[in-house]
Amino acid sequence: MTAPNPKFEVDCIRRILAGERQLFHALISPCERAIYFLLLSLLRNEAEAEDAAQETAIKVYLNLKNFRGDSQFRTWVLSIARNEGLGRLRKAGTRREDSLDADTDEQTGDYTPAILTSWREVPSEALERQELGTMLRKAIEGLPEIYRNVVLLRDIEEMDVRETAAALGITEGTVKVRLHRARAVLQRELAPKLESFALPKKGLFGWFK
Amino acid sequence: MRIDCKHVWGHISAYIDGEVDAALRAEIDKHLETCEICSAVLDSTRNVVVLVADGRVFELPAGFSQRLHARLERELAGPS
Repeated sequence: MTAPNPKFEVDCIRRILAGERQLFHALISPCERAIYFLLLSLLRNEAEAEDAAQETAIKVYLNLKNFRGDSQFRTWVLSIARNEGLGRLRKAGTRREDSLDADTDEQTGDYTPAILTSWREVPSEALERQELGTMLRKAIEGLPEIYRNVVLLRDIEEMDVRETAAALGITEGTVKVRLHRARAVLQRELAPKLESFALPKKGLFGWFK
Repeated sequence: MRIDCKHVWGHISAYIDGEVDAALRAEIDKHLETCEICSAVLDSTRNVVVLVADGRVFELPAGFSQRLHARLERELAGPS
């Protein structure tokens, strides 16, 4: 994701409100991915997530004068996206209003990792094989929603803990706990399957992080 | 204090994010030197985190941006 640029955003918002409406395209563009994937995570339907993303962008535009600048612009945008997604879920009656936070935090799940005695690095180049991407997507889609949202914003959109917490309306501590559990679940699920994508011999081409 | 494997697993996510304090990090590093299981768990977890962060794993649907900006354009062209 494009790193936020507060100075550009503040300047842009001022000019849009003063009448340079076309600048809104440039303002919202860096947030597109995060808006869409947060909504996809909530709604679990591509067409609906896309429609909701468009609605979100329009709501952001119409409410731009209400942005106070006391949070990052992207955080504010994502809270609008989240409300849009939750509103649609409520309307569809697919879940209780409180389920987002009530979900599984209190449960003491088994977060023991997959036990391995050695690990051969799977380089990013292996993603050229489509089945690897499919495997990773499936594992993330299979996470409980409260974990999926956090992984999505934190690991996939690479937002920091503070921004992730603000966008999801949870505490930073909760973000860390959920992220830890999500990563443990992903490691346990994926590590045994990733073996076939690893390099033939550790270090042969110098694939080190 | 000598920490055990379970203790290390409990901090793996924070360790990857550089969020454990120096004393704990030193303890974990010491443990990792001699524990091949925890080393492999750490390496594989970090590897998974790096892979899912790759832009190729989650891509926007084809034409998403064009459709979004076309719809915005209609909105921006409307009355203020």
